[in-house]
Amino acid sequence: MELFSFLTLDSFITDPLTHDFMRKALLMSSLVAAVCGFLSSYLTLKGWALMGDAVSHSVMPGVVVAYALGLPFSLGAFIFGVGSVALIGFIKQKSRVKEDTVIGLVFTGFFALGIVLVSKIKSNIDLHSILFGSPLGISLSDVKQTIFISLLVVILLSIFRKDLMLYCFDPRHAKTVGINVFFLHYLLLTCLSLAAVVGLQSVGIILVVAMLITPGATAYLLTDKFDNMTVISVLSAIISSLIGIYVSFWFDLETGGSIVLAQTFIFLFAFLFAPRYGIFKLKKLFVGYK
Amino acid sequence: METINYQNFRIDAENICVDYNGKVALYDANLRLKPGQICGLVGMNGAGKTTFFNALTGFVNISKGKIRINGESLRSAQKDQTIAYVPQNEGIDSQFPISVWDVVMMGRYGSMNIFRCPRESDIQAVKDAIERVDLTDHLSTPIGNLSGGQRKRTFLARAIAQRASILLLDEPFSGVDIRTEKLISELFIQFKNEGKTILLSTHDMIHVREFCDLVLLINKTVVAYGETSEVFTPENITTTFGGISPDFLFGHES
Repeated sequence: MELFSFLTLDSFITDPLTHDFMRKALLMSSLVAAVCGFLSSYLTLKGWALMGDAVSHSVMPGVVVAYALGLPFSLGAFIFGVGSVALIGFIKQKSRVKEDTVIGLVFTGFFALGIVLVSKIKSNIDLHSILFGSPLGISLSDVKQTIFISLLVVILLSIFRKDLMLYCFDPRHAKTVGINVFFLHYLLLTCLSLAAVVGLQSVGIILVVAMLITPGATAYLLTDKFDNMTVISVLSAIISSLIGIYVSFWFDLETGGSIVLAQTFIFLFAFLFAPRYGIFKLKKLFVGYK
Repeated sequence: METINYQNFRIDAENICVDYNGKVALYDANLRLKPGQICGLVGMNGAGKTTFFNALTGFVNISKGKIRINGESLRSAQKDQTIAYVPQNEGIDSQFPISVWDVVMMGRYGSMNIFRCPRESDIQAVKDAIERVDLTDHLSTPIGNLSGGQRKRTFLARAIAQRASILLLDEPFSGVDIRTEKLISELFIQFKNEGKTILLSTHDMIHVREFCDLVLLINKTVVAYGETSEVFTPENITTTFGGISPDFLFGHES
């Protein structure tokens, strides 16, 4: 917070905090960013960016159906998220169509189904908030759900942190030493679906994949240690969320888009100036950097 | 009738078949190895070498046949940390943000608690293993900064730390420097004396003659299997490589 006080605009930081909805938005978005950032390390290393895109889009009909039936939207989203992955696996196995094509056609199919359902089911579903997120208008029941899911994902990832790292790095070794690779595969997919569900409240379905890959990609450029990568990923995600929300408040911009843009700028900064892997390798400027 | 004591065999693969979605990759393959034996696995690309390894590690399911490890099921062999797999350099993501120490520690994961917290004994095992492959100066080096030979030694150390009695090595000599090659061959002699069983795939015919007591020639199934001196003949090699003469192969490789 003190980072910005040099702007002499103390009010830049504090003014928004007088609004209840802003405090809630900042807190919830930081939580969601932290969860997505944590998972992001695994997804970028596993090469599941496209999978993240697929799952996050595929939850759309689940959200709509759940709202229509009065169920928790996370339940519907979760079922369709995991369902899409199962369907991708099934079609890939049973046809000669290549995997990226299968992923593309399954998630667009699910997404289209969601849009059609929204237009058919007359309810108070706000399409705009599903597609683009609405961190400023988050309801109390959504807050509870988000906190619950976020804690669940963080606990799962924390317990199986090392196993998941091994699974991403060398699944064959994991299998050879008797670790349940099947379980880890579905654990990661489950966490992905859950993170997509909470992430879509912040930035919406269309951009949630950015929350799941950009922080990890940024961190990957900055370190050669897995633990550091996770920490950097989480921090950059949280900072992006805070910046995005403040900027959108003061300049009246779309919040979800602002958060993702902040992430993209942080990535670009790392891309250009990362000590070892950046284009301009600032290595020499960091005294004692090894 | 002679009864076979399966406990005598470290690896006993009987008529195993593997298919991927109906496409046969390996059929009716047999292999029996005793403690202290080193066996070379030779075949063309796509002949089923990797599939054979995958079957023995349990990474793919066999559709037919039986695999016994030390007379027991593959499942209990996995639980007992009996089998270690050393991948070929191309088979791993060298840009993964992980250090030599972390990779070797992964050899201990199977015998740790669910949080994979290293005990004193695990730390000691990792230290010893890294020392045996002469990488003590590179404990915290990211694997991306290692040479091909150093990376190969890292994965060998992981197998050592695991204290496996069976080592499966995919192309252990490809892309390594002279020093690593010498170190690996010294380790092979030590492993043999420790009673470990080694199955290694290789493209290099000279290495087969040099290290392997036995050789298994495969082309979707076993073409020939036995003592290297008896089985590793030009005729058999020609059959294995689909009619290409061994002169060409030897000339090509050396």
